[in-house]
Amino acid sequence: MKNFNRRNFLKGGLATGLAAVATTSPRPAAASGSFGGYPNSMGVLVDFTRCVGCRSCEAACNKEQGLPAPDKPFDDLSVYEERENGQQRRTSEKAYTVVNRYDKTDRKSGPVFRKFQCNHCNEPACLTSCFVNAYTKTPEGAVVYNPKVCVGCRTCMIACPFYVPAYSYSSVTNPVIKKCIMCYDTRLKFGRPPACVESCPQEVMTFGHRADLINLGHERIRNNPGKYVDHIYGEREVGGTAWMYMSDVPFEQLGFNTSLGNEPIISYVKEFLTIVPMVLTIWPALFTGFHLLANRKKAAGDDEKPEQKQEEKQS
Amino acid sequence: MRFTRGKSSIILIGALGVLAVAGNGFSGTGPDAVVLDSLAELYEPVQFNHAMHVELAEGKCAKCHHHTTGAAPLEPRCLACHKGGIDGGVYACRDCHPLKRFEADYLASLTANPQLYHNDKPGLKGALHRNCLGCHVDNGGPSGCKDCHPRNAKGDAAFRAEVVAPPAGHKSGGH
Repeated sequence: MKNFNRRNFLKGGLATGLAAVATTSPRPAAASGSFGGYPNSMGVLVDFTRCVGCRSCEAACNKEQGLPAPDKPFDDLSVYEERENGQQRRTSEKAYTVVNRYDKTDRKSGPVFRKFQCNHCNEPACLTSCFVNAYTKTPEGAVVYNPKVCVGCRTCMIACPFYVPAYSYSSVTNPVIKKCIMCYDTRLKFGRPPACVESCPQEVMTFGHRADLINLGHERIRNNPGKYVDHIYGEREVGGTAWMYMSDVPFEQLGFNTSLGNEPIISYVKEFLTIVPMVLTIWPALFTGFHLLANRKKAAGDDEKPEQKQEEKQS
Repeated sequence: MRFTRGKSSIILIGALGVLAVAGNGFSGTGPDAVVLDSLAELYEPVQFNHAMHVELAEGKCAKCHHHTTGAAPLEPRCLACHKGGIDGGVYACRDCHPLKRFEADYLASLTANPQLYHNDKPGLKGALHRNCLGCHVDNGGPSGCKDCHPRNAKGDAAFRAEVVAPPAGHKSGGH
């Protein structure tokens, strides 16, 4: 080590660090691989050209899930005028699904009605973000949660790209997340469609195997040229969702976020998280090595102002 | 040759035919009234005036019955297969449109038959509403839920009719 000065030390340290990171971090080649859902997962295809805004689905959900009484009866259509801070109605602890009316769309013949509830993603962001593992993606397709495990931190409310999970603010001692579970406990487990699907007089929602519904949706678009926007929302967005949508007007006009991309939310954090264990192992060893290297002369007994001695050497 | 016997039998058969049509109004135009009650749960059954709709359809049974009465269907894309001509004898909506469209057995029947063209056939509830409402809305017919079928007590409970809406400007919840 003839030329051991500060400059060479820094060069060596940088080179070692880069080498360590380059050789010991096994980045997966195709990081965009995505789960895609269980093979026989069920789904629901929602067709907004059919919805007339009758709110039978909201009534059916309220009854099936034993939700508290709403502020207005379900046949009261003045709810479509309601705005809170300029926003239309959203899911809440009393309403796991809502229908909103959109007047300013490309549809000339009248307003468009949109039903909104949990999309039951294949790789849910809520499940990804939950540190107590309260959420489960079931093989039947529903994303369900265990309210007994939920600690009420609301991280999933931030994580969900669709702003779906609602919170029981009204509960003082045990507020938890509340959201649509696709009627898993009472219907889906037994192969039956969710209550909202069964209640709809216009058959806005078609229940079936997710893979079949994708084919059905594209066939419907093909059989009705010009009627639909040629896109099934949820087919690929954020890794695919079990609830998918078809519309005759562009999805942005109905409040859909069309800039979400096809990567599941977890892929934004997956690579960073896989590096953490490796970093926690390598860095202590590496920096201990640097520390020992830098102070080896001190350790050898010569501990009277080593910086001064180095300065004398360099001058 | 004398045709008197042939003539009188023609007259007799003709008279019987007229009587048959006038008697129960069935051949050619279907029943006068139908009670649609297969789906009645939250609403009363529909008292459907078939005779009036026959008049409104001006002889075009295909407007509602697609092609099953033998006439060619009105939608152009159906003509490729259903050019018309065969009266299948099946006229009721519920004879083709299933009551339980999304139960596992019906879905399995769709999967089991990949050659089936009509795999997007609506169930009975969807078919009745979608077939009827389009024309009703265009021609000023009844289009509200309760216009065709009043709600029963179970329906009132389901739609929470007992809830009294709070006055305008009321804010619910703690926020």
